[in-house]
Amino acid sequence: MRQPLLRLEGLTKAYPGVLANDDISFQIGTGQIHALLGENGAGKSTLVKMIFGLVAPDKGQMILRDQPYAPAQPSEARQNGVAMVFQHFSLFDALDVAENVALGMENPPPLRDLAKRIRDVSEEYGLPLDPGRLVGELSAGERQRVEIVRCLLQDPKLLIMDEPTSVLTPQEVEILFRTLRQLSAEGTAILYISHKLEEIRALCDEATILRGGRKVATCDPSEKSARDLAELMVGQVLTPPERPAKPKGEVLLSVENLSLKSNNPFGTSLKEISFQLHAGEVLGIAGVAGNGQDELLLMLSGEIPSPAAQVTLKGQPIGQLGPNARRVRGLVTAPEERLGHAAAPDMSLTANALLSGAKRKTLVQNGFIDWKKTEAFAQSVIRKFDVRTPGSHVLARALSGGNLQKFVIGREIELAPDVIVVNQPTWGVDASAASFIRQALLDLANAGAGVLVISQDLDELIEIADSFAALNEGRLTAVRPAKGLTVEAIGLMMGGAGDMQPAHEAAE
Amino acid sequence: MIRLEKRKEPSKFWRIANPFLAVLLTMIAGGMMFAALGKDPVAAIRLIFFDPIFSETFASYSRPQLLIKSAPLILIAVGLAIGFKANIWNIGAEGQYIIGALFGAGVALAFFPAPGWHIFPLMVIAGAFGGFLWAMIPAILKTRFNTNEILVSLLLVYVAERILAAMALGLMRNPDQPGFPGSRDLRRYEAAYNAEIFAGTGIHWGVVAAMIAVIFAYVMMTRHMLGYHVQLAGQAPRAARFGGVSPARLVVICLGISGALAGLAGMFEVSGPGGQVRIEFASGYGFTAIIVAFLGRLNPFGIVLAGLLLGLTYIGGELSQMMLQIPGAAIQVFQGMLLFFLLALDFQTNYRIRLTKGARA
Repeated sequence: MRQPLLRLEGLTKAYPGVLANDDISFQIGTGQIHALLGENGAGKSTLVKMIFGLVAPDKGQMILRDQPYAPAQPSEARQNGVAMVFQHFSLFDALDVAENVALGMENPPPLRDLAKRIRDVSEEYGLPLDPGRLVGELSAGERQRVEIVRCLLQDPKLLIMDEPTSVLTPQEVEILFRTLRQLSAEGTAILYISHKLEEIRALCDEATILRGGRKVATCDPSEKSARDLAELMVGQVLTPPERPAKPKGEVLLSVENLSLKSNNPFGTSLKEISFQLHAGEVLGIAGVAGNGQDELLLMLSGEIPSPAAQVTLKGQPIGQLGPNARRVRGLVTAPEERLGHAAAPDMSLTANALLSGAKRKTLVQNGFIDWKKTEAFAQSVIRKFDVRTPGSHVLARALSGGNLQKFVIGREIELAPDVIVVNQPTWGVDASAASFIRQALLDLANAGAGVLVISQDLDELIEIADSFAALNEGRLTAVRPAKGLTVEAIGLMMGGAGDMQPAHEAAE
Repeated sequence: MIRLEKRKEPSKFWRIANPFLAVLLTMIAGGMMFAALGKDPVAAIRLIFFDPIFSETFASYSRPQLLIKSAPLILIAVGLAIGFKANIWNIGAEGQYIIGALFGAGVALAFFPAPGWHIFPLMVIAGAFGGFLWAMIPAILKTRFNTNEILVSLLLVYVAERILAAMALGLMRNPDQPGFPGSRDLRRYEAAYNAEIFAGTGIHWGVVAAMIAVIFAYVMMTRHMLGYHVQLAGQAPRAARFGGVSPARLVVICLGISGALAGLAGMFEVSGPGGQVRIEFASGYGFTAIIVAFLGRLNPFGIVLAGLLLGLTYIGGELSQMMLQIPGAAIQVFQGMLLFFLLALDFQTNYRIRLTKGARA
């Protein structure tokens, strides 16, 4: 048994109307990588906020290295060797790496010394980082490194990481894991928050699982299957999506040799894209973020027009049609960004139901909106897709990410499309909602629709896709049947991110 | 220590309360300004806000004036508010107002002195068309060349003022009185005169048009797909594209509507209360309407209240100029303050001010 570093005893925190944490006790050993698992709303963030001094517990106590520990604010937590990397970065784009790191420190050393220390620490832990570069030019993975290095400079005894891999490519995840294992070997404990079960099984020594604000179990994740963990998390038996074998149907959607310039100066242009989507088929498109996924979706949704004949739906050219005309013909889409793209944040769910449902559900007549009918449509989506919300009058931005995603995907599925294109359908969504969404997409395919899933989550694609292609710098590989493809083969299709390997090897 | 916290949802209470608070603060700050000018602040504020309606001496003249001044403000502001909701900023309503007046007056002068019931409706159409046309310049430049509609529409105000001066001195000058600048007086041309519908009330066709515009705007914004698209484009441009809204089309529609309504306002003014095309015809309604639109929270009915209030400050300003010799510019300062305080107060719609004990740092 490792020596305990931090012991939580009966931590309880209530907010008006909810008991966010109810009598939670567990301990984290020195150098241990400890997972904190739970669905959205299970109480993970509240718990972590208490450890980091952002929230004070109502009841219970914490003991750090045999001393009572009750941080009144984050700076006190940092002085006690507790550091945290947040899911959302707090960095300034217009400042360079060293300046950003200095801003987060209590007593920053002169910038030149700091730059040297940043370089030393980043090399020591295999996180290559140039202190002089502007943060605005960095990728999401590199930005995360800035946050991690900022924490490491304070020589933490406990590092809290909130959903660190949600922004990373598989290769970047590997690099991060090596760093975390190295830290652990040196005696730094890590509290790792995630709901990616495979990651936790691969990385963590121990896992504490929360559900509805209570601790349900502490276990060794490598001894449990991902399915066991998921069932502990959601408190019910999960059924993997069903996929009866079926013959390929007719071609519904076809794209031929299409090259398209991105409408975003920092975007990726599409180059010579060709594929066909058949009735009843789930086509998975993998790829590291920023390789043209957004552009592919915009091209298919009609937000970026393309030469008419190069995109066809059921044999009809649709390249020049706008989003509504495509919806009328049976092609619907669900973009990755829920707030601001798939839904207007400051509008009610009813008004958001109108966004894509107007034509196909005939919610509008002669330009006048039938609000009653629209509300009924929104409510049917809420009911059928188990969107947890007080009602359809609630603003979209008031919903949690997973609930809004269920609403957005549900809205498109309820339109009974012939072809549905979704980008990152389960990004940031908890396990039970994710399996629900996947099953809904599979049901749609079984009913004869064509389903195109763009995702960076390979496990997801392997689970639901019949056929498979990958995007790499705006090019799409040939479509291959999913059966028999290994993760390694898919990795090769994705092209990999080789440039990040040498730095790590050099550090070892 | 004072801390600012972003609210989870904008406060409904402050959205409604802020306009009233802004008026109150403007009265206080305005009073201080009048005191600095050596005038009795209480008397001045009274003269501006209360006497035009309640004093026995002035009310018989001022009350009808209230509708005459407010109608163009409301008519223009209703159109502007639609664009503002979509983040399309027409700042040049003053120019569209002038061109609308010139088009309307042009039709009247072309028919002079023929009688006929058809002349006035033709003027109405011409006025709206003139304003629409002037607003299409920034609209097309924006959609074609991605220019900024704020700058283009604003600068076109000064072009319109030049054209107004040229018309008053040249083409439209009254041929019977060549010594004076300005056109014939349309109030003396029965077929073109926008007279009071009910004598002594100040209600002319412009007031009727403003009321119709308010109702139309309300129905459009709450029940029609176009209003939905306007709000969508303003709040979430990417979601609007996803919903099939064409940004270029929306720019043309929003600038078109606000231009046409401003043109109408100009036409009703030149054919009624204004009477003739003169160099000093433009009186800043197009700019004041921007304040009206914001003070009315971009809501058609709010704009009616705000329009009446700003109309009141015009009349009260004239009164205070007459009775207390307060400079005419003071009233513009007054209107400016109102917008200033409103925008400053609106901060607390989205943010909460928290006082915390300074010891923890």
